[in-house]
Amino acid sequence: MTAPPVRRRGRLTPLFFLSPYLLLFCLFVAVPAVYGLYISLHEWDYLLPGKPFVGLDNYAALFDPDSPVHDNFWTSMKATGVFTLGSVPPLVVLPLGVAMILNRRFPGRTFFRAVFFLPFVLGVAVIGVMWRILLDPNLGFVNHLFGLDIPWTTDLPWAWVSLIGITVWWTLGFNAVIYLAGLQDIPRELYDAASVDGAGAWQRFVHVTLPGLRPVAVFVTTVTILASANMFGQALLVTQGAPGIETRTAIMYIAQEGLVDYRMGSAAAMSYVLTLALIVVSVINFRIFRSRS
Amino acid sequence: MKTLKASAWYVMLVGFAAIVIVPLLWMLLTSLKTNVEATRIPPTFVPEEWSTGAYRTLAEGTSETPVLRWFLNSMVAATGQTVLVLVVASTAAYALARLEFRGRGLLFGIIVGTLLVPSFTLLIPNFLVVDQLGWLDSPWALIVPGAASAFGVFFLRQFFLSLPPELEEAATLEGANHLQIFLRIVLPLARPALATLAVLTFLSNWNEFIWPIYVLFSPDQFTLPPGLSILQGAYTIDYPVIMAGAVLASVPVLVLFVIAQRYVIEGVSRSGLKG
Repeated sequence: MTAPPVRRRGRLTPLFFLSPYLLLFCLFVAVPAVYGLYISLHEWDYLLPGKPFVGLDNYAALFDPDSPVHDNFWTSMKATGVFTLGSVPPLVVLPLGVAMILNRRFPGRTFFRAVFFLPFVLGVAVIGVMWRILLDPNLGFVNHLFGLDIPWTTDLPWAWVSLIGITVWWTLGFNAVIYLAGLQDIPRELYDAASVDGAGAWQRFVHVTLPGLRPVAVFVTTVTILASANMFGQALLVTQGAPGIETRTAIMYIAQEGLVDYRMGSAAAMSYVLTLALIVVSVINFRIFRSRS
Repeated sequence: MKTLKASAWYVMLVGFAAIVIVPLLWMLLTSLKTNVEATRIPPTFVPEEWSTGAYRTLAEGTSETPVLRWFLNSMVAATGQTVLVLVVASTAAYALARLEFRGRGLLFGIIVGTLLVPSFTLLIPNFLVVDQLGWLDSPWALIVPGAASAFGVFFLRQFFLSLPPELEEAATLEGANHLQIFLRIVLPLARPALATLAVLTFLSNWNEFIWPIYVLFSPDQFTLPPGLSILQGAYTIDYPVIMAGAVLASVPVLVLFVIAQRYVIEGVSRSGLKG
């Protein structure tokens, strides 16, 4: 059998098609990934001409309680951790409930699906400035509506309740749509077979729905953990890190250190430590899902 | 009993929907209040006195808050990146789906692997790369680096693989080369996937917040999301002006969502099924 003539012609054809993307990929993904490591090994002040090599000093400083960055960095890591622990469970569980409701047949189903998804198409800046005003402790509509006097944006634990609540409100529909697609992928016959075997609604949920959704649930959990670790806009616009620096997340601090104070070596080192922490969390997450099978 | 249960579901559903809609409605209504009314205690929901003053303030703008300019900048950046992504992602995806060359699997693996690299990891070095290119404080910083995302390549490759190869084989036998096949057969067939990718790219670029804050410096270059943060600082308790800015930043993406809802939701759904 002879191959079609085109396949033999032009070894450069793949290069022709690939080169525009590969150029961008190299410049803005591959080079920065290596460059970042290089920077993190230097005292890299953007404004100074000399950028001396310091080995692992930037990393060591993060683990040295006497260094000026130690407390700030770990406070910000703790903030990101608290936010992740607080927001991932509701964002994994609640959207499943919404998806189960949307998976039933009723009039206006498409409309409701769109409504729940709606906040997600708005940017974090819109969401942030809107909730900042809604949750204002003195003038805010939320306190007025419920007759409360809660310092939503200025005190703990309320600042966390606000940031997590806002994020759930904002991204719930995104996760629900992913779950919904997963639910629709479970073969109808499995439910019928379970019913024939005498399984009730709850048993069908536990023995058919949940196992069928496992791959989708792993995806939702992973994406939500990644998004939580990236949290920035909500805290910047709603709490501004208050009270003190309690809600200043790791990304906020890294951006401050590297792009405002221009200590880029130190900031790059922090990025890699945060990335490493995220890898550890993801591995644990995968393990948990696997052990449940 | 059955109808009672069904109506309980419905009430819950409507309740949830209200939680989503009411804050957004409040945002719109507040943008149409006078400043005095917006900061009054107790607050109102529906304006007692309707006012377009906030929008007029935005339209006039100041040298620190040229809001219409931000709107234009946002449009240019989001449109520019969408076009760029469509070109580079579709060509690369075609090569990875249909051309045979050594190291194809490895290359695809590396590209897709970067989907798991959190964006903040590259924030600092990317800032320096953009600086080296002389793109700081310019639209290029908003358009080009983000187009290196692996999502579009991954998404389109999967779609191209799902296309039946017969049409392409027939064209090959008639002597068409790969560029002709790509342009005349594959791209027209991939129109729904291209539309989905275009909408998702536009949305995410339009909403981009952290990157423009740090790569843009002059008020004239800002886009709407960092602009909102400036408005929040400049108009502290002039709530109608801040909310009018938020409405302005929402309208284009809401319109796009309403028109292209099917593409957005299907695009998101499909990304999950592959995970």
